[in-house]
Amino acid sequence: MQWETVIGLEVHVQLATKSKIFSGASTAFGAEPNTQACAIDLAMPGTLPVPNEQAFRDAIMFGLAIDADIAHTSMFERKNYFYPDLPKAYQTTQLEKPIVGRGHVEIELADGSKKSIRIHHAHLEEDAGKSLHEGSFEIHGHGMSGIDLNRAGTPLIEIVSEPDMRGAEDAVAFARKLHSIVTSLGICDGNMSQGSMRFDVNISVRPLGSDSFGTRTETKNLNSFKFMEEAIALEVARQIEVIEDGGKVIQETRLYNGDTKKARAMRSKEEANDYRYFPCPDLLPIVFDDDYIQAIRQTLPELPDARRDRFMDQYGLSHYDANILSGDAHVARYFETAAGGDAKLAANWIMGELSARLNAEDIAIQNCPVSAEQLAGMIARLVDGTISSKMAKEVFDAMWNGEGSADDIIEARGLKQVSDSGAIEALVNEVIANSPQQLDNYRSADEAKRPKMLGYFVGQIMKASKGQANPQQVNEVLLKKLNELL
Amino acid sequence: MTIERADIEKLAELARIELNEATIAETTKSIADVLALVDQLQAADTEGVEPMAHPTDAVQRLRPDVVTETNQREAFQAIAPVTEAGLYLVPKVIE
Amino acid sequence: MHNKTLADIIAGLNRGEFSSVEITRHFLDRIQQLDGRYNSFITVTADAALASAADADRQRASGSAPLFCGVPMAHKDIFCTNGVRTSCGSKMLDNFVPPYDATVVENFAHAGAVILGKTNMDEFAMGSSNETSYYGPVKNPWDINCVPGGSSGGSAAAIAARLTPAATATDTGGSIRQPAALCGITGLKPTYGRVSRWGMIAFASSLDQGGPMARTAEDCALMLNVMASFDPKDSTSIDRPVPDYSIDLNQPLSGLKIGIPREYFGEGLNPGTEQAVRDALAEYEKLGATLVEVSLPHSHLAVPAYYVIAPAEASANLSRFDGVRYGYRCENPKDLRDLYMRSRGEGFGEEVKRRILVGAYCLSAGYYDAYYRKAQQVRRLIKQDFVEAFKQVDVIMGPTSPSPAFAFGSKGSDPVAMYLEDVYTIATNLAGLPGMSVPCGLVDNKPVGLQIIGDYFDEALMLNVAHLFQRATDWHQRAPEGLA
Repeated sequence: MQWETVIGLEVHVQLATKSKIFSGASTAFGAEPNTQACAIDLAMPGTLPVPNEQAFRDAIMFGLAIDADIAHTSMFERKNYFYPDLPKAYQTTQLEKPIVGRGHVEIELADGSKKSIRIHHAHLEEDAGKSLHEGSFEIHGHGMSGIDLNRAGTPLIEIVSEPDMRGAEDAVAFARKLHSIVTSLGICDGNMSQGSMRFDVNISVRPLGSDSFGTRTETKNLNSFKFMEEAIALEVARQIEVIEDGGKVIQETRLYNGDTKKARAMRSKEEANDYRYFPCPDLLPIVFDDDYIQAIRQTLPELPDARRDRFMDQYGLSHYDANILSGDAHVARYFETAAGGDAKLAANWIMGELSARLNAEDIAIQNCPVSAEQLAGMIARLVDGTISSKMAKEVFDAMWNGEGSADDIIEARGLKQVSDSGAIEALVNEVIANSPQQLDNYRSADEAKRPKMLGYFVGQIMKASKGQANPQQVNEVLLKKLNELL
Repeated sequence: MTIERADIEKLAELARIELNEATIAETTKSIADVLALVDQLQAADTEGVEPMAHPTDAVQRLRPDVVTETNQREAFQAIAPVTEAGLYLVPKVIE
Repeated sequence: MHNKTLADIIAGLNRGEFSSVEITRHFLDRIQQLDGRYNSFITVTADAALASAADADRQRASGSAPLFCGVPMAHKDIFCTNGVRTSCGSKMLDNFVPPYDATVVENFAHAGAVILGKTNMDEFAMGSSNETSYYGPVKNPWDINCVPGGSSGGSAAAIAARLTPAATATDTGGSIRQPAALCGITGLKPTYGRVSRWGMIAFASSLDQGGPMARTAEDCALMLNVMASFDPKDSTSIDRPVPDYSIDLNQPLSGLKIGIPREYFGEGLNPGTEQAVRDALAEYEKLGATLVEVSLPHSHLAVPAYYVIAPAEASANLSRFDGVRYGYRCENPKDLRDLYMRSRGEGFGEEVKRRILVGAYCLSAGYYDAYYRKAQQVRRLIKQDFVEAFKQVDVIMGPTSPSPAFAFGSKGSDPVAMYLEDVYTIATNLAGLPGMSVPCGLVDNKPVGLQIIGDYFDEALMLNVAHLFQRATDWHQRAPEGLA
């Protein structure tokens, strides 16, 4: 039987606010445990929440970016469950009246086709803390977990899609597009390895052509596109196998381990949680008028699709290149700064050497050791012929290692390309004179074969020049000389 | 609406409260009495009445996005049952 | 000395008749001598009180004394006090010493008050008799075999026994007014949002409101001048100027229209209590007021609606007590579930557990609409009753509680009998209205309270109305035998 996959996503996006959603504690990543958990975050008795306006502005921006309805009146509910990383034992979230209503996100697939994914709603809520299991804590012979509540109360928007995706490619394209939108808006740092975006994937399968849904499972807390792709493939295969073996898919929550490439059902989910949602009595209805929402609309920065079109238009990039460079706001910003010298060269360098190095060392482009200005400086020297492409690689390495600007490095290493025609002619003459056999071969060869035979001479000339001769000029002069000798 | 021991046990699990075996029957009865009291609500005609969550009609004030809190870990953990290396310790969390 | 009202004490300090250290020591000595009998304090902060009294005397000598400079008083043990154990009457918080102050506590500190200690209360403010306190019941100074009312029974008894001239309290369903009535003192629950809830340990957030208890309306006005504030840390605090509640205390009452809800004089009302209240109303007519019969037709639904909404909110509010970050933690938990189940099972008392379970029930899947949503709809109907009534009258009056103080254990194991104690007070919490109780008589030598309900933010008028009654009568000056 042919199977069709149906996927819906719930995406948690950490907002890049300075302070938490209900307290004035810092949201900075990586602090010592519990040093950024204030009395409110710790749910100390008698403490009360006061919402952060920026979290609402961010959520409204997102809503406007996906063409969604913004709620003029929204409210918070309490979602009750016990877990040590949830200090109040309820999460303050939105259920009945979320800040962002129905919207949609356009995605583009590898074959160039487009799809619209509907957004059911997006709501504001607080993040939980973290349970650390790695420690060797032990009390009375029982293993212990350590609780760090620094993350507790970090503002999140949870974006809930409709089940409009039909496979991993759709889901990953959608996830990337959301990443692109929230980083372009500047409402999220997009740092996946720090958990700034986390994906819960609802997956079901059904016979191709069926219009009812199969039983779905939810794979929670995926924090990379790669893991998401792997987890979907694994889960789809598992569900098909279960059904084809005559079994039934059970509705359950699953965890995917990116290291072992295995997934498992979460424990203690045999009984469905009863979250006992009810309106949070500590918080009043949040009301925004049209003027407020319009004012935010005025501040909306360029969104990824518009930016892609502009990149094609303004820099003459191909659709493919423009897509890659416009998707991530940080990459786009980097590209536009580096494009000063030559946009296409900048594009090639960013998509080639630069992203390879960033990937290899797992560095985000905003932390790239080579600044966009530095790259632009190097490209300028490439364009004006000061250095060759080969030298550029050396310059790039040196810049990566912190040796300064391209000009500094060219100067310090004496990397200047020889473009003096007299000097190049002398080199060409010398190499030809020292290669009588190769010259004879060249002369007697078919005209069609001759271009291939130039390599030897060029190699010798470059070697004699210690790599500094301008290769283009070498080619020209060499060809001219050889033709004279025919 | 009748409420039985099993219902109370389920609620106790939801609310994470261990019940005393000796008093569970009495607890069940007293909760049944309270629920009988609140069941009087069912007779009220509330057709078309908007539920009221807050006594006043005020709307939410919002706070500027400013970090106002400093690290008070020492003071907070001085009153914590069990901590180590700045972490609150609990029996191992199994997901 | 201990018969002095707050106003007397402030005047005496201002005139230099006695020092803050003298009067503070006097009350501390009285607490030490007498409170063994009443159990009205959970914690007495004698050393800190004397130190701050000495500071106050120095400050006064230097010529700049704020309103309450050196004035002794007490806080209900529901308000967090930095460095002083705040138990909320519960084993769960027996070891809890908050590193922060409630806004109310801060307000009194800025005003220069001297804090004698923390008063006893029903556990997490859940009770109408003070029998649910982990620290044992408070005894009514008028009759130590009787309850003082609750949940602010400690504050009320301490004032009645002249162990403190005034105390803070909180009221979620009658917890200021009912004990004030049963102990023969004056208490005011302000409009919801008038007094900050920051640092006041939550029972039911949409109903809880802090307020003053003292012997007179005049003293309650002084207290409220300090207690009321707009607090940006409490989202439900109302940003509205705080008037001087003392200014209009003596405004004449001629032309005042008093609403008498017929539903507050029906079945279940003790005849002696009814007579005392009717006598008080007659007194008001003498003062120039007109009595107008009004109807609050949904009154009978107030208790049922309250016992859905309050437990529902409480069930979530009390979930934070889990033995992880503060408070009681069970011995040797064998796993996480055990930590939760036993810390909460052992740390909470029976009434608290009962209400948490009732709250969980009303919110659980399949019951939310029938209970919680329904109760919220009824809540609006109850509020509308009052809105209609206040179109006709300036204040509403009736009994505070159905009968005078009852004997310990007399409500038995039936929680519903206890819940009906608050039958006249609960509706104002649901509506968010201000309510007051003033002494208006004695039945079998036990005090009766007259309840005064005002329109939103009409505390100044209510205090005026109460004060003129107290100028005309002396019920508020009566003291339990041997305590005057």
